[in-house]
Amino acid sequence: MTLTLRQISLLVALLLTGLIAGCARQSPEARAAGEVFDPHEEVNRSIHGFNLSVDRAIFRPASSGYVSVVPPEIVTSFGLFAENLSMPGQAVNALLQGDLPKTGLALSRLLINTVLGMGGLFDPASDFSIPRVDTNFGETLHVWGFGEGAYVEIPLYGPSTTRDAVGVFADFFTNPITFAKQNPADNIGVYAEIVRRMGDRGNYSATIDSILYESADSYAQARLIYLQNRRFELGEVSEIAEIDPFELDTEGF
Amino acid sequence: MMYRRMFLSGLSATIAALPQTLWALSANSAEKLVIALVNDINKVIDSQKSEQAMYKDFERIFKKYSDTSYISAYALGVDARRATSAQKKAFSKAFQGYIARRYGKRFREFIGGRLEVDSVKQVKKWYEVSTIAHLKGQAPFDVTFQVSDRTGKAKFYNMFIEGVNLLLTERTEIGAMLDRRKGDIDKLIADLKKLS
Repeated sequence: MTLTLRQISLLVALLLTGLIAGCARQSPEARAAGEVFDPHEEVNRSIHGFNLSVDRAIFRPASSGYVSVVPPEIVTSFGLFAENLSMPGQAVNALLQGDLPKTGLALSRLLINTVLGMGGLFDPASDFSIPRVDTNFGETLHVWGFGEGAYVEIPLYGPSTTRDAVGVFADFFTNPITFAKQNPADNIGVYAEIVRRMGDRGNYSATIDSILYESADSYAQARLIYLQNRRFELGEVSEIAEIDPFELDTEGF
Repeated sequence: MMYRRMFLSGLSATIAALPQTLWALSANSAEKLVIALVNDINKVIDSQKSEQAMYKDFERIFKKYSDTSYISAYALGVDARRATSAQKKAFSKAFQGYIARRYGKRFREFIGGRLEVDSVKQVKKWYEVSTIAHLKGQAPFDVTFQVSDRTGKAKFYNMFIEGVNLLLTERTEIGAMLDRRKGDIDKLIADLKKLS
């Protein structure tokens, strides 16, 4: 039963990817030049406005309160706890990507940090020099050959692409924690993730505020930063995007 | 006429004979530039001066180590084509101060941090110096500097933080600011001077 549910959601995710990939397409030249593909800009901008207002009214104040009241070590621990909860899902993704070493790393981290790190609150795995793992179903789709798709901003979540959005959906429904018989609390993974995000929002508030509230067009900035960083993580940076500094006309500057 | 030609060929022979190190940008000089830049920034951060004094220092460092005319021209983008020489000059100056304040304002994040040179590689006519930033309480991240000798000296002209091209984000920002001001370059320059 568990497996079938997981299979169904995976199927739905794949179907969605197919559908989305079939919609609007970026020309290969534009993609190679590293251009932004944003055919749903109008909808995205309104979602961005909504996300900004939620951040301003709830998320930002809650996060700054959280990091100012809770000692930094505990904020770090809660972040690690959420990361540890995501390890079974990451191991599955690493396996789906055919990356056995990464699968091993994710499982080792899970085992060590759960047992020696008090259920994942600490990170002894790093003390044993086991590198951190950070993967998701979006990356699995990338490995399987799916293109980035269009830029989308997800309500309450933030910048993404159609491919990564399918990934977020699939990760949520395929996380083994969600289906565990001995689930300590319903949706604990989701709550832990929200707390982890609050820690990040509070700790990096100067940087995030400068993007969201101090730039002339925060939507364009967030889009550019997300896409470039995501392509960097996935190793999709195109050489063609390199500009020759000798070719720009700098006369007068 | 003949003398001049002789003189010229003699001169070019002399130039060709000069040791390569004087001319070509090398991996070594690119790396040295980045190390010196980071050291100078750290010195300012450790100086405990007032923030305003620090911004002045950052601006001076930016001028010394970076290819400011390239950075300004790139940031203004296609709008540079319709800008007058006076506007270009004024923009370049205002932009440098703005950058020094914008990034200088976040100097606290760098207190106690360090940058480690990881690798230097040549790409066409320029160099990419990859470094790993170790900041307090953060997982190490990748910072890459692009260095060229376009101006005749080794200068950095762009930075990437975890793949994010800072020059491109600045061009996007300047473009959006111009749009908001209906393309008025003078207004943009005036506002850049006030912005931090």
